[in-house]
Amino acid sequence: MSNSLSTRNRKSTMAQQPKTRLSASTPRLDVAHLAKTYGSGGKARTVIEDLTFTVDAGEVVCIVGPSGVGKTTLLKCLAGLQPATSGRAAIDGRTISGPPPEMALVFQDYNRSLMPWLTVRKNLVLPLRHLKLSAAELRERCDGALAAVGLSHADNQYPWQLSGGMQQRVAIARALAYRPEILIMDEPFASVDAQTRFDLEDLCLKIRRDFNMTILVVTHDIDEAVYLADRVVVLGSRPARVLKVVDVDLPGPRDQITTRSLPEFARQRTEVLSLIKRPA
Amino acid sequence: MRNWVIGIAAPVLLLVAWWFLSANSTDPFFPPLETIIVRFRELWLFEHFQSDVLLSLGNLFLGFAIAAIAGIALGFATALVAPVRWMMDPLIHFLRGIPPVALVPIFISLIGFGTQMRVTSIALAALFPTMIATVDGIRSVSSDLMDVAKVYRLTRKERVLDVLLPAATPQIFSGLQVSLQVAFIVMIASEMLGSSQGIGAMTLLAQQSFMTADMWAGILLLGVIGFLVNILFSLLRRKVLSWYIGSRRLARAS
Ligand SMILES: Nc1ncnc2c1ncn2[C@@H]1O[C@H](COP(=O)(O)OP(=O)(O)O)[C@@H](O)[C@H]1O
Ligand SMILES: [Mg+2]
Repeated sequence: MSNSLSTRNRKSTMAQQPKTRLSASTPRLDVAHLAKTYGSGGKARTVIEDLTFTVDAGEVVCIVGPSGVGKTTLLKCLAGLQPATSGRAAIDGRTISGPPPEMALVFQDYNRSLMPWLTVRKNLVLPLRHLKLSAAELRERCDGALAAVGLSHADNQYPWQLSGGMQQRVAIARALAYRPEILIMDEPFASVDAQTRFDLEDLCLKIRRDFNMTILVVTHDIDEAVYLADRVVVLGSRPARVLKVVDVDLPGPRDQITTRSLPEFARQRTEVLSLIKRPA
Repeated sequence: MRNWVIGIAAPVLLLVAWWFLSANSTDPFFPPLETIIVRFRELWLFEHFQSDVLLSLGNLFLGFAIAAIAGIALGFATALVAPVRWMMDPLIHFLRGIPPVALVPIFISLIGFGTQMRVTSIALAALFPTMIATVDGIRSVSSDLMDVAKVYRLTRKERVLDVLLPAATPQIFSGLQVSLQVAFIVMIASEMLGSSQGIGAMTLLAQQSFMTADMWAGILLLGVIGFLVNILFSLLRRKVLSWYIGSRRLARAS
């Protein structure tokens, strides 16, 4: 699959990679036998039992699964917000034990993930301050990110003055301005109207092209997953496990109208749907 | 806007009513308002302005400022530093059930002579409401917001000053409002006990020497000060919390 990976980050971790593996085939994200149990003793609750999948550099991978299966929990483990109970998640072969510097996360609850006391622009600036960028670069990054999500006009407004879809775009812009190498999004388009949703999906594909990011998107919308992804990881049953990893082979640059009307598209979405619908 | 009009009109109406109802009063305990206002001008605006009015206000503001800063700092330490939390938690549990004003007698008994002791007792009494509100404010900051701070790798200083502090500000201000009331009460009480200076002392002295007009003038001044101080505080809150007030108004409207 797409192997136009960024070499700049690879160099630093080359030494730690297993010698038997070619660096080009080391996945960007490697989830191996990951398990997560919340609490302990009598109140222990196993959400993820044994998850294994990989994401290659420059790929868009979608994770689909029913509500409550543990998708957000998985992302929290990947983002270093929750420790794995056993197994491991790794970036370029390094086990994730805290928030990795090359990663940004767009949270499911956009209205609880933006700072209501900061204007849109200041929300974008807050994560960048400790990077000690020059004033010019800071401005350029924020302007670019706001333009990418179509919110250049809103930079002086407060998040709570914006609609839900706009707030979600602010959260995405904040991630873009951070210039992560790996972008993880948790049901990012769940609460926006259909038109905005299509725009944001295309934005996601454009980001991948323009910034060469590796993107992992959780969604419960199967059409969306097939439209966006190079591969779809289908999660099922509780505790969560991987039902199947579906390779999506759709020709050419994707387009909301032509891609979605391909027979190929229908076949892929039926495959994913039947996996989810199947009684566990 | 309408709130403002009522806020100003109500006390003015009250004064007008007082003026006319008391105009021909011969009751020594309720002198005409006119007499009171004459004494008010003579006493507070000239003779005792510096020696008593400024002194009282100075004590009030100094005591409140110390309480505010120390209360917020202690609140942060309690919420964020485990050993401090172990020390403060029992005290907080004890204080939470008691109305702040009920603690005033404790601090009055601590009052000694001299300005320093008075400022200390004002500061001590006013510290707790702000401290408890700060602890509650920090503890109720959503874990989602803290997750954002972690994912974007904010430094510890940024997490405290740029996330926790602003997120807790609405609750901190509720605490400050109570602290201000307590500070005002303790200020007056501290002057009525063991002091010969200040508005409280003057008012009590007037009462004890049967100069009722002077006593009423003192009470009137305390009322005016309380009123103005509250307006100042609301203006400050409005400025600092404009984001919060705006977002709440919008949430209610929708
Ligand atoms: N911090 C937590 N402590 C205990 N249980 C949790 C916690 N977070 C999530 N869960 C539980 O884990 C399960 C999976 O939640 P989540 O990962 O949010 O699912 P999804 O994102 O797929 O809807 C839910 O049943 C939820 O109640
Ligand atoms: Mg979720």
